[in-house]
Amino acid sequence: MTGSFWRYTLLIAGKDLRIEGKSREVLYTMGFSAALVVLVFSFALSNATDPAQGPITAAGVLWAATLFTGTVALARVLDRERENEAIRALLLSPAPRAAIYAGKLLAVSLLMLAVEVVLVVLVGLLFSAEVFAHPGWLALVLLLGTLGFAATGVVFSAALLRSRSREALLGALLFPIAIPVLLAASRATACMFDPLAPDLEPVAFWVRFLLATDVIYILLGLWVFEPVVSGE
Amino acid sequence: MSERHLRVAQVSKNYGRQRALVDVSLEFAPGRVATIVGPNGAGKTTLLGILSTLVRPTAGEIRLGDEPLGHPARQTIGYVGHEPGIYPDLSARQNLRLFAALYALSSAEERISTMLERVDLADVRGDLPARAFSRGMLQRLALARALLHEPEILLFDEPSSALDPAGVRWLVGELRREREAGRLVILVTHDLEAASAVAGHLVVIRRGRVALDRAQPAGFPAAQVRALYEEALRDR
Repeated sequence: MTGSFWRYTLLIAGKDLRIEGKSREVLYTMGFSAALVVLVFSFALSNATDPAQGPITAAGVLWAATLFTGTVALARVLDRERENEAIRALLLSPAPRAAIYAGKLLAVSLLMLAVEVVLVVLVGLLFSAEVFAHPGWLALVLLLGTLGFAATGVVFSAALLRSRSREALLGALLFPIAIPVLLAASRATACMFDPLAPDLEPVAFWVRFLLATDVIYILLGLWVFEPVVSGE
Repeated sequence: MSERHLRVAQVSKNYGRQRALVDVSLEFAPGRVATIVGPNGAGKTTLLGILSTLVRPTAGEIRLGDEPLGHPARQTIGYVGHEPGIYPDLSARQNLRLFAALYALSSAEERISTMLERVDLADVRGDLPARAFSRGMLQRLALARALLHEPEILLFDEPSSALDPAGVRWLVGELRREREAGRLVILVTHDLEAASAVAGHLVVIRRGRVALDRAQPAGFPAAQVRALYEEALRDR
């Protein structure tokens, strides 16, 4: 990857984050959705009595909320390109398509990670989970899970850019593809949240799995983004 | 400005089994406004998409001078569509700054100020987002974006479709100005009056084929444009 690739990537991500910094529209919507999902789950599961299921539930809720809020970010960040056909001006610029993809991936991932910080605290409070027992591992799993989800999400969101019911279709198309990421991330997180877990060996396994999935998804994304966004 | 011609050689474009363009060959010269007209679905926008490098032809070749028109040529193309291609949450200057960075322009701030003055947006409040602009202001900003990197080729796709009469007059003036500057300008439009006001080269596309290709450096009177258009569209 050349220096200009990274320059274009940072330019495009910077543009998306600058727009978000002005409107805060995506962050507020994501934050509100995240709080709502965690609250609904905490009410629904308040009578659960098996303490052994606690970490699994907390991890599941954390990743379910991440996926829902991530879908909001993906839909809106790509939607901004559709307004005024700004995407056409961007595609006509010398920026390589792969850098446009990488810029979008970076912007969406950063927005998701910002909301995940709030989510982790909320899950810790409402599910009495030991969310900060292994902060380094948790940060790594959040990063890899987010990248894997956003890597496929940017491609699908770009493919649905001109579709009328894109927000409904995005979840329907994206969630099945994101199952490996969701599975690995929630298993690793459940293990980290469990104070009775003997060691972190399963976490290391799932982190390696996430890393491999991310590499595959990102390479596929870089490869297919051009035909997808060109609509050919 | 460069003296390179844009040559379209036997270009076809198929979308599945539908033939959008069939064996189109044209040559566009700098310092002249070429106007492409034709009924809806004739293939005008597909042709402009191919000329802008956003759409790949199924067959044929396009060359700018001796070089094939591809990704590296994007630096030489400016495009104004019926939608302005502007980020509504950014101000005029922020939009132009973004595109100046994408085109890696040197002395970007100076160039941006010049362009904002040219399109009469220099006095607009600096932090006003483009969302608050009128349609005419957006189209002026779109022209500033398209001209920012001083392209050799300027492509216009129905740029007057949402403009009021004053906006259309302003646009015609800008097209003339670019023609005088020696730029190669291609305009796709339904507006035969606007076409006659600027065209030195008239192309009529019908059912994906070139039905008329006539260069007339002295220009085309409105009545002649209408007559040529109707003649070209008559069933043969």
